[in-house]
Amino acid sequence: MENRLTTLFTRKEKNILSIYFTAGFPNLNDTVTIIKELERNGADLIEIGIPFSDPVADGPVIQHSSEMALKNGMTIRVLFEQLKGIRRSVSIPLILMGYLNPVMQYGIDDFCRKCSEIGIDGTIIPDLPLEVYQEEYKEIFEKNSLSNIFLITPQTDDERIRKIDALSNGFIYMVSSSSTTGAKGSVDKEQITYFERVQSLRLNSRRLIGFGISDKTTFERASTFANGAIIGSAFINAIEGEISIEEKVNAFMQKFVKTSII
Amino acid sequence: MNYQIDNKGYYGIFGGAFIPEMMHQNISELQNCYMEILESDSFKQEFKQLLTDYAGRPSPLYYSDRLSKQYKTHIYLKREDLNHTGSHKINNTIGQILLAKRLGKTRIIAETGAGQHGVATATVCARAGLKCIVYMGAIDVARQAPNVEKMKMLGAEVRPVESGSKTLKDATNEAIRDWINNPVDTHYIIGSVVGPHPYPDMVARFQSVISEEIRVQLKTKTGRETPDYVIACVGGGSNAAGAFYHFLNDPDVKLIAVEAAGKGVFSGESAATTQLGRPGILHGSRSLLMQTADGQVIEPYSISAGLDYPGIGPMHANLFATKRAVFLSATDEEALKAALYLSQKEGIIPALESAHALAALEMINFKTDDIVVVNISGRGDKDMETYLNYYQLIK
Repeated sequence: MENRLTTLFTRKEKNILSIYFTAGFPNLNDTVTIIKELERNGADLIEIGIPFSDPVADGPVIQHSSEMALKNGMTIRVLFEQLKGIRRSVSIPLILMGYLNPVMQYGIDDFCRKCSEIGIDGTIIPDLPLEVYQEEYKEIFEKNSLSNIFLITPQTDDERIRKIDALSNGFIYMVSSSSTTGAKGSVDKEQITYFERVQSLRLNSRRLIGFGISDKTTFERASTFANGAIIGSAFINAIEGEISIEEKVNAFMQKFVKTSII
Repeated sequence: MNYQIDNKGYYGIFGGAFIPEMMHQNISELQNCYMEILESDSFKQEFKQLLTDYAGRPSPLYYSDRLSKQYKTHIYLKREDLNHTGSHKINNTIGQILLAKRLGKTRIIAETGAGQHGVATATVCARAGLKCIVYMGAIDVARQAPNVEKMKMLGAEVRPVESGSKTLKDATNEAIRDWINNPVDTHYIIGSVVGPHPYPDMVARFQSVISEEIRVQLKTKTGRETPDYVIACVGGGSNAAGAFYHFLNDPDVKLIAVEAAGKGVFSGESAATTQLGRPGILHGSRSLLMQTADGQVIEPYSISAGLDYPGIGPMHANLFATKRAVFLSATDEEALKAALYLSQKEGIIPALESAHALAALEMINFKTDDIVVVNISGRGDKDMETYLNYYQLIK
């Protein structure tokens, strides 16, 4: 079966732009529009967030969008219904990102099967630890051709990074600093030391840097140390407001894409 | 049957460490070294000495003549309310601050519901000279004002949490986020037997001094080491874990855990997790959890800020699943009545949390020769405003 992540990483090695948004925000039925507009505007990869009531790895912006999305009625069931048929019009890789409890309550087998039916390429489940994935989930994920993406942080030692590299079949999500999600404004010396340490390991997996990437400057800076970067909170901030969702996505993406990046 | 944690950090199917990678370094450090530290001679000696000289242990085991007559049995009260800072919480914070020092940490964070754990944390931090930040739900800041003032006087910074239900669950989320943002210098003193492994086991071990003392004290007073009943309230479950700990493998000792039923178990305003919950994951462990069909955590309710939590510790989930403990629940009203009764019959004003344990005395048919131990986990000073409002109503 076609693996869209592999295809993307074969085609493109640098400046891969991945955008995260919370499904159901700002409005319940914006999901498909946001995905199509992001692809049309040059996003390489999309992470669709499944909202959770207690997102401990997230800063205020994603907490807020998750709370709103839940108020709007977003659930995994609703999301799968919205995404049915998405592959007729969207061809870039799509990843679902969410906390373990809602996935567990949906049922891990059903969840993976449904992802595969829809054409979801991978998942990021921050509170599913590597060890539990290996023992309890790996087989089900592989059976459904789903890549599970693992995070590494400045605290992750080399040995564990190598272990994660060996287990990864999508990409490695490099958390840029010791933090929850949200903008930091710049890339500092300590982060560069960490980025260079990871670079020097010569891993097999592609790497995308996320957390604190908010604009073209931080994106380009981060991209010099990895294959690309992920923008979440800054995009969510940009799509809240009165004008149409298409216009907001366009306006945000213009800042990134219609310049030197692509 | 083994009710203790297994070598992978589970109690039966409950427990584990479901944490984001950002916490991996700190949690695995704790997992790898907590037993070694806890079992070292220097730690044991320092811990024991502080429990005695600083916290005032052992806490008395008091024979309540009047409750015994009322319920036609033999009732002993384990007086954790007489500890320094007014509750059992000090047992755990003394243990964890000694651990944090040995790990070289310089900054302490904690979550608190009723404020008892916050005060106990602020207290040990003052003594150890470590910076202390306490996260507390904005609703709890309002309803437990005296404890907020105490924490400030002790030099801690209290950060009100405005997210979610603005109670204990959200204070815990915010403390976890703080730890993710400050992984190197900070130790998180969790106040209950919740959180990722090794917290449930570590906190239970620090609190186990309660049942260790009960055994010795009962032996002196009755000639028997084991009672027929041990009764304790359960929010996350740390005082119950401590009161049950050394009786887990004595099948003749009936363990009674009392949850907060709020305005009634099925009223929609309750915190009775074992009756309303299903297996789920919150705050780093798999346990019973009040949640919607879609896996979103339900905001609980109890008049008692310390029991206002949508989960229970994994050890308790396992005691429930294996039927080793019996889980009862008491409503706000039942707890308030029980608090008034103890105050006027014994001259002891219990914490609202502990009053839930006392309320269970009404629900059990004791034999006249039964020996019953009720854990009075804390004192009621912090709850005076709630008590006064209630008693003015019923006058």
